[in-house]
Amino acid sequence: MMETILSNLPALQVLLPLLTAPLCFMIRKQGVTWLFAFLATLGSFAIAIDLYREVMTNGPLSYHMGGWEPPWGIEYRLDELNTFIVLLVSAMATMTLVFARKSIEKEIAPQSFALFYTAFLLCFAGLLGITITGDAFNLFVFLEISSLSTYILISFGKDNRALTASFQYLIMGTIGATMLLIGIGFLYMMTGTLNMADLASRLPEVMDTNTVRAAFAFIIVGLSIKLALFPLHIWLPNAYGYAPSTVTIFLAATSTKVAIYALIRFIFTIFGVEFSFGGMPLTAIFLFLSILAVFSGSLSAIYQTNIKHVLAYSSIAQIGYMMIGIALLSTLGLGAGILHMFNHAIMKGCMFMALGCVYFRYGSARIEDFKGLGKTMPLTMAAFVVGGLGLIGMPLTAGFISKWYLVLAALEHGYAGIVIVITILVGSLLAVAYIWRIVEAAYFQEPENEPQGEAPMALLIPTWILALATIYFGLDTRLSVEGATRAAESLIGGGL
Amino acid sequence: MLVATALASIFIRDLFAVIMVFGIYSLVCAGFFLNLNAPDVALTEAAIGAGIAPILMLGTLALTRHSWDPEPHAKKSKHNPLLPLIVVTITGAALVYASFDMPHYGDVTAPANNHVAPRYLQDSATEIDIPNVVTSVLASYRGFDTLGEVFVIFTAGIGVLALLGFLSDGSGRKYWQFADTASLRRHTVLHVIAKILIPLILLYAFYVQFHGDYSPGGGFQAGVIFATAFILYTMVSGLQAVYKIIRPEFIYLMMVIGVMLYAGTGLVAMFMGGNYLDYNALDHHDPVHGQHLGILLVELGVGICVAAVMMSVFFNFAGRGIHVPEDNKEGGQ
Repeated sequence: MMETILSNLPALQVLLPLLTAPLCFMIRKQGVTWLFAFLATLGSFAIAIDLYREVMTNGPLSYHMGGWEPPWGIEYRLDELNTFIVLLVSAMATMTLVFARKSIEKEIAPQSFALFYTAFLLCFAGLLGITITGDAFNLFVFLEISSLSTYILISFGKDNRALTASFQYLIMGTIGATMLLIGIGFLYMMTGTLNMADLASRLPEVMDTNTVRAAFAFIIVGLSIKLALFPLHIWLPNAYGYAPSTVTIFLAATSTKVAIYALIRFIFTIFGVEFSFGGMPLTAIFLFLSILAVFSGSLSAIYQTNIKHVLAYSSIAQIGYMMIGIALLSTLGLGAGILHMFNHAIMKGCMFMALGCVYFRYGSARIEDFKGLGKTMPLTMAAFVVGGLGLIGMPLTAGFISKWYLVLAALEHGYAGIVIVITILVGSLLAVAYIWRIVEAAYFQEPENEPQGEAPMALLIPTWILALATIYFGLDTRLSVEGATRAAESLIGGGL
Repeated sequence: MLVATALASIFIRDLFAVIMVFGIYSLVCAGFFLNLNAPDVALTEAAIGAGIAPILMLGTLALTRHSWDPEPHAKKSKHNPLLPLIVVTITGAALVYASFDMPHYGDVTAPANNHVAPRYLQDSATEIDIPNVVTSVLASYRGFDTLGEVFVIFTAGIGVLALLGFLSDGSGRKYWQFADTASLRRHTVLHVIAKILIPLILLYAFYVQFHGDYSPGGGFQAGVIFATAFILYTMVSGLQAVYKIIRPEFIYLMMVIGVMLYAGTGLVAMFMGGNYLDYNALDHHDPVHGQHLGILLVELGVGICVAAVMMSVFFNFAGRGIHVPEDNKEGGQ
């Protein structure tokens, strides 16, 4: 029994949440469904830790679905990069669920709880499936699962605009997914295989054809929609802004990160560095768009009155940083990008949780609601400030570390590097501006609303765990930096 | 024909007609798929695109009654058509650009015919031993993808439930019928024809389900056809009559049973010593028999889940109370 489980861990990583989802739908009892969902997520997290250590010590793992060897069957392939992402996603999902139990009481109708957890687990399993698989079409199937369930999760929002936001995301997401599918179809047409490693070895022969170039373009654009790269980000602010707090936390911490992972996987593993950056002007395009993303995201963030929108626009800017790291095309730059994915997930998770605490008390998250919160909700606001400092990139927080590495990587690149460094500095200053607005309202203004008191412990504990993690990963960078660096090395150093 | 229907669907302003055109479009598509030697896909497209989808769209139309605003001076659309036009043009150009280097249609030397496919065609006879190779690829070689697809359908079912809410149990609540079908219930001719057709449809569904190993078909198509029978019955006899046969709770249960049957088969294989979904492990003495058993079970799971989701989606539409007071007169005039 134990042996069976241990030898099938890669499959169970995804199956545990995936199969718990229908069970939750069956039971439909509030407390029990939460417990089931939580146990499944926690179990998935434990497997992720185990697999991460396994891969770090013994190198990549391969698991054959149905016992058919690749490329005939579907392969789960774990390497330094995707185990790191799986670890991040499952950790954040666990924290989100801890937060969810109390938070959704105020935001979702009780009869929908079971459906909420079902959709949550499906989304989580979908994201894991995208990350862990070694098969291009399997990636698409799990992208569909996670996308569909994301639309459902967003539509649970109390505000009626949540439905519009969800619909807008549905249209954009479907266009993105269709483009990805067209791209994968072209690749199959030219190579006759869907397995990623096999694609990588068979593509060079047919590289110099229009079909492969078009496939590349379709895949890049499709995934850029999913990861909300400027100017394809228009779905994101409303989706984050009107979804229930729990959903926003989860999406901000995981969903765009997984899309970035998929992009990295296609660019570096399947198409290979030479084709992606040699034959195509990808570095220039990505750098240009990322820099625009940093500026436009940060500037828009300053003018929002709904704090959820502030953080959503800030996410667009932060995605810009990650993409800059990827576009730099060095081990250091890619490492910095991956590291920023990790750190940003924690910081943004922390801030959106703090926001969720405010929402729990006041039922909205406008800037007016924040007036005087420094006195009435000191713990919540302190966590928010810690996350905010991380976002700005203050030393001693996680955000500083990733920006530091990004600057180091940029300086290798001469003039372009200087532009990037300036972008990072200005971006950080703009972040100071939009965070300061909130801090000012919280600490230096008198409350307008009836003070409601501190958020309940059930919400504060996960918020503070992430706040402490923001500080911890700013001091002790062994796990995060090593993980990110080795992931980057496995992609570039692998000599594809 | 395809282009003509696509253009027609854009220019026709009557939504009812547009839905009909959509149905034709799907049917033509199905013909194309058949021409491309993909009868399984064609069957699915015909059943879903030309069968279920128009019914659901008609249902939506009946519920919302948003006919296209006939008055031209009504508020001008905010959307600028230019951007979508550019996007579509670029996409189309990219597709044409890509097609220059594609292998020719039916080319035997095309990579798609020469890398993975030969093994499926040649070895599946000894490894799995069922005549329809599509089924063996779908259910065994790439069985995990299919599990994913079943979960996609399950997720869609969950989504409709989340948006429209659970069905009430039917006690003491009047069910509203599609306005267009309410009067149908009095037509004797329709009743008789429906009564003749329904058993045949059900029988055909079972044939498609269990004959999927030998000819085009399988769980997806069978599930849809099976659901169609119930949908037809609902349209002629009303929801209350259907609920006497099949309770909503039962449909939800079947949704779960369907996916769990598929996933569970994989788990059993895992605990019998194979990898996940490795049907060889189901029968250690005769792996091919194990494959047969595994494929039978997962296809059944697919069929049950698809049928249940389709019914649940349809009943959710049909069972939704109408909000406009003047339409509340039950059962037509």
